[in-house]
Amino acid sequence: MASIHIDGSPKTPTVSFDESTGQLELKGRSIPENSIEFYKPLIDWIDKYARDPKPRTSLRVQLEYFNTSSSKCILDLFKKLELVRSSGNEVTVLWHYEQDDEDMLEAGEDYQAIINIPFKMIQIEEVDGTK
Amino acid sequence: MVSRVFDLYDELEKQRIMLSFKGDLSSDLVTSLLGLIERKMELIEPDHRVRKRVFNVVMECLQNLYHHNARVSVKDGEKVRTEEPQGVVMIAHDDRGYSVLTGNFMASDEVKGLKAHLDRINGCEPEQLRELYKETLSDGRFSRVGGGGLGIIDIARKSGRKLEYGFVPLDNENAFFSLNVNVTA
Repeated sequence: MASIHIDGSPKTPTVSFDESTGQLELKGRSIPENSIEFYKPLIDWIDKYARDPKPRTSLRVQLEYFNTSSSKCILDLFKKLELVRSSGNEVTVLWHYEQDDEDMLEAGEDYQAIINIPFKMIQIEEVDGTK
Repeated sequence: MVSRVFDLYDELEKQRIMLSFKGDLSSDLVTSLLGLIERKMELIEPDHRVRKRVFNVVMECLQNLYHHNARVSVKDGEKVRTEEPQGVVMIAHDDRGYSVLTGNFMASDEVKGLKAHLDRINGCEPEQLRELYKETLSDGRFSRVGGGGLGIIDIARKSGRKLEYGFVPLDNENAFFSLNVNVTA
């Protein structure tokens, strides 16, 4: 299967899902009106990846903003990754938040409470996303 | 009408409105309005957290306007629903903080459900609101537009204040919904 690389836009994040390394990344902003349209191919990709995953998979989430319509789609991504983990592989979510952005930290903790994957909370100075 | 332009301007000025828009809301226009607000907030608001909260609230409110707009008319005894991304948005700034005001049309028979949702949210303390958010996020339901009822909960969390709202009945089928969200440091 092919890796996914999508450039960011003012409303959608930069996506990099690398099949050969198991390193996945979402970065920038996720505030489209129709999130399902944007996320469906990503969710399908992980679904396929889960059939023959790398022993170690990480998802780096480095978002400056995301809307509530994206939040359900992001949850679905995590749920697909749960499947990768439950088949005996190592999966980690690296959740980034800007240093004074406790709302983004809380959002990460909320997912952590729902999803059965280890989260690492990583404080950064600023998300160098697209504007 | 031309004589009213100054009155309109003066009224907006008195209400400390920093941005107002009324009309059709396209996806591109939502992007432009968000860009405008973001640049303006960078100039006037030193607190990064407040800037992000205001942006978040404006973003959710505009997307509510974009998605939830219906005018219902009766044709040959049948109710016909037309989606019109029409609405009004105003962002005010004074010494106490920011207010994000929005208004849109909706079907009268949906007023009761929305009011119950708003009252439930207004009855929650911040920790309960967080639990309600997690519950709604994980319950697996998607609404037509994907948010599944999360939008207003998120708006209330970012605001930290009670939501002010009102409904104006227009005719048997339609009502006008107004929402005021305050964001303070």
